[in-house]
Amino acid sequence: MVADSGAASGPKPSSSVKLVLLGEAAVGKSSLVMRFVNNDFQENKEPTIGAAFLTQKCNLPTRTIKFEIWDTAGQERFASLAPMYYRNAQAALVVYDITKAASLTKAQHWVAELQRQASPGIVIALVGNKSDLAASPNNSGSSSSGGSGGALSDASTAGDDGDAASSTAVGDGDDGDEDEEGEGGDARKVATKVAKAYADEEGLLFFETSAKTGLNVAEVFTAIANAIPETSLKGPRGVGGQTHLGGGRQEDAARVNLTGGRDAAGPKEGCAC
Amino acid sequence: MDGSVEPQTPVSLGNSPANSANGVPEQDNSIDKKDFGSHMTNEEQGRAQSTSTGEEQPSREGTPPPLPPRPKNLQLLDGRPQTSGSSKPSRPALQSKATTQLSFADTQSYSDESKDTSSSDASKQKIGPNRSGSEADDSASVKSYVPTLEVGGDTESLLGEVLTGHDKTILKSLGRPFDSTSGRSERMFPDDPEFEIAFEHEFDEVEEMKADGSNEEAVMNHWRSKLKHFLILSSAGKPIYSRHGDDQLITNYIGVVQTIISFYQGANDVLRGFTAGEVRFVVMSKGPLNLVAITRLGESDSQLRSQLDALYMQILSTLTLPSMEKMFSNRPSYDLRRPLQGTEMLLSALADGFTRGSPSTLLSALECLKLRKSHRQAINNALLKTRSQNLLYGLIVASGKLVSVVRPKKHSLHPGDLHLIFNMLFEAGSVKAGGGENWIPLCLPGFNNTGYLYMYVSFLNLENLSEQVEERPSSSAAAQDEVAILLISANKEGFFELRQMRDDLVEQLQKNGSIDLIRTAVKKGRPSCTDIVPGSPIRHFLYKSRGNVQFTMPSFEPFFATALDRRRLINLYNTLHTHMHARPTHLKVHHSTSTTNISLAWITPLFELYCVAPSPTSRAALAQTANKIIQWVRREEERVFIIGGAVF
Repeated sequence: MVADSGAASGPKPSSSVKLVLLGEAAVGKSSLVMRFVNNDFQENKEPTIGAAFLTQKCNLPTRTIKFEIWDTAGQERFASLAPMYYRNAQAALVVYDITKAASLTKAQHWVAELQRQASPGIVIALVGNKSDLAASPNNSGSSSSGGSGGALSDASTAGDDGDAASSTAVGDGDDGDEDEEGEGGDARKVATKVAKAYADEEGLLFFETSAKTGLNVAEVFTAIANAIPETSLKGPRGVGGQTHLGGGRQEDAARVNLTGGRDAAGPKEGCAC
Repeated sequence: MDGSVEPQTPVSLGNSPANSANGVPEQDNSIDKKDFGSHMTNEEQGRAQSTSTGEEQPSREGTPPPLPPRPKNLQLLDGRPQTSGSSKPSRPALQSKATTQLSFADTQSYSDESKDTSSSDASKQKIGPNRSGSEADDSASVKSYVPTLEVGGDTESLLGEVLTGHDKTILKSLGRPFDSTSGRSERMFPDDPEFEIAFEHEFDEVEEMKADGSNEEAVMNHWRSKLKHFLILSSAGKPIYSRHGDDQLITNYIGVVQTIISFYQGANDVLRGFTAGEVRFVVMSKGPLNLVAITRLGESDSQLRSQLDALYMQILSTLTLPSMEKMFSNRPSYDLRRPLQGTEMLLSALADGFTRGSPSTLLSALECLKLRKSHRQAINNALLKTRSQNLLYGLIVASGKLVSVVRPKKHSLHPGDLHLIFNMLFEAGSVKAGGGENWIPLCLPGFNNTGYLYMYVSFLNLENLSEQVEERPSSSAAAQDEVAILLISANKEGFFELRQMRDDLVEQLQKNGSIDLIRTAVKKGRPSCTDIVPGSPIRHFLYKSRGNVQFTMPSFEPFFATALDRRRLINLYNTLHTHMHARPTHLKVHHSTSTTNISLAWITPLFELYCVAPSPTSRAALAQTANKIIQWVRREEERVFIIGGAVF
């Protein structure tokens, strides 16, 4: 498990990061968290009611990040409560289901809402879950390389699929990928390229994960931990001021430019999970 | 004598109007018979028809007025019109039960004996009607009009069970050699393979209908074979919830039910329920919703209504009343499944609880963890000491039993609300399986159905308290031993405040040793009957304290270890409860005897007691034990019940 003993990491600075998971119902938010926190997976998990609060440590070479995770319910009726959870959050996981195209649309809405309403410095990761249901895992090119916060921008600047990374090309990419992957047994409905292009455009971290197999789950959290700017980490309680769910906005941290900030993200260092 | 609180001679009490209405002369007999016709005939009576027919009369007192005869029935009845009214309740069994006949080797011979030479597939169902045949007629006609008015439903729905149960008892006694008395004392209930099989598959998922409809018949049969259904639909006829079957499967049924309901609504009449064969339908219209319970389990209408009420409250708990009404007032054809998305499991958990049988729902009462008064006091004090500013209710719950409550002076807790909470936490499992701590917006309709409260939930790992914050408890392990702390507040953003209170509370409880006491009490479980009354023949009892709205009972083990045996026990309690609460009777004491068990129900203004023993037990012994149970509860009152609780 990730949670190395606090004593061992004693000299390292430790800080709390408030992280919120958002996304349509049944995309696997709770399963991702359960995989990350407990390294466990439960088939047919029942829907979350309200929100669950969990914590998990993530050890980076230079510091320890203690994630305070809000795993929210995806149902429409809980949407009005979401601001309570993302207010003051330093990081957000916006999750969609790669086998359900509509869930990406919903994820895009969440991203837009976060960009509009959440703390300006919030680190957002777009996560396509259930990659185990896709036929050919090698299609998820970015996810296999997605070991750090740097992976995203590396990939996009490397230009392997960067050409498609414009909004006009999204539709084409979708069709193309669907055709390629339309072989038997593939439930994928959202092409990696499409989601990746969107993530690049919006400056989001991007991963395709499988909570079931554990693929990339730890990497997502490590990447987020790396992407959190040092400036927003102040002491063990973080800037979030966890005495309230909400409270005042955090104004100090500027919005993180991930493309520019990748050097600050440090070397790749996965969580130990 | 009827009103006496003192448990002197419960046996001689209890004179139901039904008896007097029929002029059944013998008091003793009537007490025996009136209630539990299904099991009361002993083996001899079962065989010697002539003697039993007279006895049967009271059991069919509740016969509903004959429905307009259907051609199908007439045909089956083969020119015995006088039985049409009473035989109906067992009729539908024909379709689904024909096969089971094979399992009763003696059925045929019995039928022959009884000169029932009609078609063999109907023979089993006819045994009952045949026997009591014409003798039952006058009683049926006298009594039948009463039920249709107000009380009717309760008695009526019972009948299905009475008749079929009756047949089965007789069949069983025939199919079994006489000398099996030793075996009988072991078993509280007659064998009923049909029910056993049905119950075993009751919780199986109904398969999805294939696109080409190739498995349609199998799916439909499976769906129909369920013992219990719940349907919820909007008054515009949109499906909202069904316990079994997907949309495709239930659409037709929803349509039919909606048509029937709106037919009566159109006539400015309220349809409350109807019986089709042995299946009882109960309809409850609540504002924009129609809720329908369909059962073969022989529950009474009022019991089914309280189940429907719980489902309705669950929906309100998700949506609140005003917002649900708004949804429908804007658009009567609104699809309520959208806002309810994700709560199907809560409704299904409730429904399954009712199907398994829940004493808590039957009695509309709560069960508490048995603790010494001083120990509970220490927990109460810890709750009061650590109470945070915005707390409304604070509860400690151990495996579905209440340990302690802290509440404002002016607000008590509504048992229905607590039932919803317990269902969410301990039955549906999503909160528990999710692990961590939870922050759940919910409406407690009994408290206030117009707004949301926010509930902080934390499950404690009793064995290792320090672990629970960091780690999700493994979903499967030690479900029984789990203790949850529930802190409810009206403050939407109160999570961290209540979380702090939880930390303080756990620290307090650890310091004063309460955690250990709770752990011990949870591990110990419920006492057994013989712990409570040494040497008692009683196998199980329910005691409800009416003032406290709480109940206590002994452990189900060892006599009711399986879900099936528990369901049968609950069936028995259901029947007793129905008799005690059927208006306008207001029985005080009620005895019933069957081939396999003897039971007693006893109600005073202070308590309700239901207890059962195997059949060799004498009534006197049962009554004596009942008295001892009462004494025990009085002695232990402050241990088995929470009286007052921590109030601020």
